[in-house]
Amino acid sequence: MLGTGIFKGLAVTAKNFAGSFHDPARFVTTQYPEERTVLPENYRNFPFLVTEDDKDPMGTLRCVACQICEKECPPQCIYIEKSRDKKPDAAGKMQLYPAVFDIDVSVCMSCQICVEVCPFDAIKMDHEFEIATSNRFQPLLLDRGQLAKSNGYFRQIHPTEAAEVDARLAAGRKAAEEKAAAAAKPPPPARQEVQTKPATERPDPPAGGITTEA
Amino acid sequence: MTAGATEPDSWLERLPLIARDLVTGRLPGPWRWIAESLIAIAVVFAVFGLLFAFLTLAERKVLGRIQNRPGPNRAGWGGILQPFADGIKMLTKEDIVPRTADPVLHFLAPVALVCFSLLSLAVIPYGRHLAPLDLDSGVLYFFAAGASSELAVFMAGWAGRNKYSLLAAMRALAQLISYELPLLLSLVPVVMLAGTLSPSGIVAAQSGWSAGFIPHWHILTPWGFAGFAIFMVAALAEANRSPFDLPEAESELIAGHLTEYSGFKYALFFMAEYFAMCALSGMAVTLFLGGWHAPAAALQFIPSYAWFAIKILVLLLGFIWIRATLPRLRIDQLMRLAWKFLLPLALINLLTAAFWHLSAGWGAGAQPLRWGLGLAFVAIPFFIIGRRLSSGLGPRTYRYAAP
Repeated sequence: MLGTGIFKGLAVTAKNFAGSFHDPARFVTTQYPEERTVLPENYRNFPFLVTEDDKDPMGTLRCVACQICEKECPPQCIYIEKSRDKKPDAAGKMQLYPAVFDIDVSVCMSCQICVEVCPFDAIKMDHEFEIATSNRFQPLLLDRGQLAKSNGYFRQIHPTEAAEVDARLAAGRKAAEEKAAAAAKPPPPARQEVQTKPATERPDPPAGGITTEA
Repeated sequence: MTAGATEPDSWLERLPLIARDLVTGRLPGPWRWIAESLIAIAVVFAVFGLLFAFLTLAERKVLGRIQNRPGPNRAGWGGILQPFADGIKMLTKEDIVPRTADPVLHFLAPVALVCFSLLSLAVIPYGRHLAPLDLDSGVLYFFAAGASSELAVFMAGWAGRNKYSLLAAMRALAQLISYELPLLLSLVPVVMLAGTLSPSGIVAAQSGWSAGFIPHWHILTPWGFAGFAIFMVAALAEANRSPFDLPEAESELIAGHLTEYSGFKYALFFMAEYFAMCALSGMAVTLFLGGWHAPAAALQFIPSYAWFAIKILVLLLGFIWIRATLPRLRIDQLMRLAWKFLLPLALINLLTAAFWHLSAGWGAGAQPLRWGLGLAFVAIPFFIIGRRLSSGLGPRTYRYAAP
């Protein structure tokens, strides 16, 4: 009959109206500043640089300034200057490091391509979304000091991915040590030289060079 | 001021008059009349201004609850100050007048719209002693004032010198004029049977109760029920309310005739829309729901203006409820509904009312027959016209989507 649909609809809305008072489970919204939803693990926005040690973030950046991410970045929001000198990286091998590593987050589109091309697991996606600033130029250009966050933080926000990365890096380091140990055995005298060499044997980037996380 | 003076008045009932006389009591005769009129104007402004403010809040709260969210809850205690925050925001916004617009008309349109909606609030009897202006032809005046708001809508569309505004104003005009007809035809029986165009007289015609608890309201007759339904549907369209809000369909058009308006002028349009909604609800209460009369003789201790307020609030909440439920019509569906459905039903309703009037003298034994015939006069055309109109239109079958 004409018009019955209207009354059915009115009944549905009335049911929702009454239900919203006695059934809090119906509520679809969160009162944001007071309540917070738990972000899904795979949530991502703006990238950050992974450091091994919280105490010395600039000294233990995984980044070796290879500039792949800079070249791949579609909106070209990454700017890297290589260092003149070399510093031992996390595994002890002498590597270049980024003297300047800037990301302009007003340009960044959170596409994750920098993360996927990085052979060193040095750049990862962050969970940070409260990045409002009162100025749209300088505060949105993040330098390496602002970008560096520890591996512990990475484990916290992306536990599955971090465990996988840690296992891969540890396996690489172990393989390098074994290789070094095997190489070290035959000539026992040259001890000092051997000491540095095995450690510098940094694990090769995984086959293909690109880590793809499921 | 109105009929029903024979019944005893409690001090609560006379409270507004006592308060008014306290202020104007010492003035000499002619000045007193002017002062009383000014006070009436000020009270209508204040009451409906506040009602507008809190109606916007209530609307957002109710819509929120219906959509399972809390609605605005930041400004003030649980959001109670939200209307004032909105007002301040609207006042501080930039008032943009397009360079090619006609500045006078552009300014005048929202002002005229608010004026016309306020004019129509003047003749509604809000209580036994509370009719700001007791005109003999108040109903005529009410709808004349309401109809002139169409002029302001077209002024708004014309003044901006924007083709979208103009087109939308044309559509708005088409809608408003089309729905004037069922709106007016649905109240003709009321005027015919009450024998007066005075709102107070129409309220007086609905006084009294059968057996103390069945009020003699017009809605409780077959023609009154049909008339009320047609009136409310047409009132939805006249007040630009969903599901007939396509002059300013915010999710589809830019903003219809409001395209070139910003800041407080934009807010004035909203104010006028809510005033029109309040005025039409007040008129529906007056014409069909017994005005300020209590629903039962035993409930007369509650003052008449409180009953009027309760009835008008129920109707306004109904408007909000309908807005939360129904999707918007298309312009052709809108016109079809007005001209092919509401208009014939309103015309047939005249015959129903005539029958009801002529059969008023039937004895108690013939009452079931009278009611049966009256209801048949209402229901059968509804079914037949509805079936003819909706044949071939639905229900829609979705052939490719999963059920």
